[in-house]
Amino acid sequence: MIYREAGDFKTTYAADAQTFPIKLDRWGYFVILAVAVLVVPFFITDYMANAILVPFLIYAIAAIGLNILTGYCGQVSLGTGGFMAVGAYACYKLMTSFPDVSIVIHILLAGLVTAAVGVLFGLPSLRIKGFYLAVATLAAQFFLVWLFNKVPWFYNYSASGQISAPERTVLGVAVTGPSTDAWATYMICLVFTIVLALMARNLTRGSVGRRWMAIRDMDIAAEIIGVNPLKAKLTAFAVSSFYIGVAGALFFSVYLGAVEVGEVFGIQKSFLVLFMIIIGGLGSIFGAFAGAAFLVVLPVVLKVIGSDWLGWPTDLVAHFNLVIVGALIMAFLIFEPHGLAQLWRLLKEKLRLWPFPH
Amino acid sequence: MRRLLTATVVAVMAAAPALAELVIPSLSYRTGPYAANGIPFADGYQDYFKLLNEKDGGIGGEPIRVVECETGYNTEKGVECYESTKGEGALVYAPLSTGITYQIIPKASADGIPVHSMGYGRTSAKNGKVFEWIFNYPANYWDGASIAVKHLLDINGGSLEGKKIALVYHNSAYGKEPIRTLQELSKKHGFEFMEIPVDHPGQEQKSQWLQIRQQRPDYVLMWGWGVMNQVAIQEAANIRFPMENFIGVWWSGSENDVIPVGDGADGYKSLNMHMPGMDFPIYDELKTYLYDKGLAAGAGDQAGTVLYNRGMYNAMIIAEAIRKAQELSGATAITPAQLRDGMEQLVITQDRLTELGIPNFGPAVEASCENHGGQGMAIVQQWDAAAKKWNVLTDYIQSDSEVIDALIAEDSAAYAAEAGITERCN
Repeated sequence: MIYREAGDFKTTYAADAQTFPIKLDRWGYFVILAVAVLVVPFFITDYMANAILVPFLIYAIAAIGLNILTGYCGQVSLGTGGFMAVGAYACYKLMTSFPDVSIVIHILLAGLVTAAVGVLFGLPSLRIKGFYLAVATLAAQFFLVWLFNKVPWFYNYSASGQISAPERTVLGVAVTGPSTDAWATYMICLVFTIVLALMARNLTRGSVGRRWMAIRDMDIAAEIIGVNPLKAKLTAFAVSSFYIGVAGALFFSVYLGAVEVGEVFGIQKSFLVLFMIIIGGLGSIFGAFAGAAFLVVLPVVLKVIGSDWLGWPTDLVAHFNLVIVGALIMAFLIFEPHGLAQLWRLLKEKLRLWPFPH
Repeated sequence: MRRLLTATVVAVMAAAPALAELVIPSLSYRTGPYAANGIPFADGYQDYFKLLNEKDGGIGGEPIRVVECETGYNTEKGVECYESTKGEGALVYAPLSTGITYQIIPKASADGIPVHSMGYGRTSAKNGKVFEWIFNYPANYWDGASIAVKHLLDINGGSLEGKKIALVYHNSAYGKEPIRTLQELSKKHGFEFMEIPVDHPGQEQKSQWLQIRQQRPDYVLMWGWGVMNQVAIQEAANIRFPMENFIGVWWSGSENDVIPVGDGADGYKSLNMHMPGMDFPIYDELKTYLYDKGLAAGAGDQAGTVLYNRGMYNAMIIAEAIRKAQELSGATAITPAQLRDGMEQLVITQDRLTELGIPNFGPAVEASCENHGGQGMAIVQQWDAAAKKWNVLTDYIQSDSEVIDALIAEDSAAYAAEAGITERCN
């Protein structure tokens, strides 16, 4: 009744091809964006920023990155943690070597460095597929973590092997380091997320994205219709790694501030991001956001309900958390393999017909 | 549904702070690969504060509220816990994790909340001139490395010339901390030093112990934590490494680390910054006020273990610092800044320990503006597998301050330059 296409006429090709063809969607998107940009920064607390919103935004970028590779191009990757580490360490080296250059440029450069590393580790994808490729990217994960632990140059020869972000500013406002305001860290992550998500959306529905999807659906057929698998696969690795590198750089510099590679960027991080896109929905930008929100917010919500409201012992809550998240992952795999994004799509289908389903 | 709602509302009302309290967060970990060591510490930490509440109604008449938050030894959850407890008015943080400590050193310094990383965290935080808000007394990792080497010197008649010492360490900031000191000490005493890293969480150490079997070091030191400890001790027993030549730091010397290995662990040594065992009057008080009433934290089965004692010891130091702060400020409901002053002027004598019901439990501690790291003393204890208890082998050994002070000055100066801190106390 409210949510419908009828009466929403498109008179140009541009209007017909826009991201949100339905008026209500479009308005919803603009309202969310306006709230995120114009309202949230004025009410945000340290807790909201550091426990929920900043990690959510950063994980969303990483999930979009992995979704490009796995969801759109069909190349399974277990190297996300390692690639995030590349972004973090590249950002650290750049920040400490060129303190006068803006942090925004460093974060983007860190993304480019990660893209180069990603292409390198993407080369085996030209020969191997599926599980075998997953194992090759797993090797990347372990190699990269080992490298950053082993070679002292990467952590500027500090005694503990930790890297910590010095204070850097954007337009005179501190965004990294200890004395940042919650709204500043939130805003920098938000700006990166919005720009990168827009870029990803447009990439995936343009010719590049179509090539990726052709490779995903059937590589031989794609090759026959003229898609160059070398170019398609390597661009997917490059773009995906760029996103993951930016996420890693933000994760280190803005969110955590001090990082130890084995603990923060270990194999569990790769799995976490993979779970995000599986729960959120493979091959969907919305899915990346939904999955990231789900896995970041759910533990916090369970913790608040369990230990703060109900007063349960913290270990019980932590165990429940594992049980619930595990059960939900299984339930999703069984009942809705296409994830939250598919649920959202179905809901919209239903809404279009509501209240007269026949 | 309505009942659930009512229960929730009641719980929320009950959770809201009604009167002035001393809020002490307990960033604990009762889950994950480090839980075996995290549980006893968290129980001891809470039980001591509970005892003060039950016995004296808190400190200086001010009740203590311990807010527990599960970190799972994970930095991200540590950040979440830090932020959520900060909002409740946390007085001091003791996260029991070197990674989380590194994380919150700059944050807590900016927020003005003291951190007490007792025998862990950043070693150079001992230098109060640079680290205004961070305290790590009574001893730090570099003291530990030096004390272990001193003990080896003692049993070798004062010379380690030509000996080979290996360090098996958790491949993280925690495990890497003692390397610099051991390198210096190897130059000074002429022993050969080899590093053997073990990656988190340390369940797989076959290759490391194969390396030890091949290279035959005379002594093995260990900087391990969690499941890594018991695996290492098991592997050492498997290759028949002489246990009395295997020394763990104070974080690798609890019952949980040796009992699973059984008789094979007999003779394993470790450092300790306080006494093991239950032969202290405080345990009678704990029994009357907590255990008999069923008020003990957690499952209540950890009393008397090394790490339970350490949790109590940590809580005792903080409680003493709170007393000192109350005395200095004249207020009972102190602020984090007042507590920091109290921590800086903390003095714990042996007489005071006796008054508290823990005679000779730890070394005397005296802090100052420059010294946030205490006197750097520890004992060596040895595991008796048949009696299932730790025997105290030595008296308190003083670390080699000649080597350590220079390293601390160097490392803290590097931090000060990086973070743009000017020295205090001048």
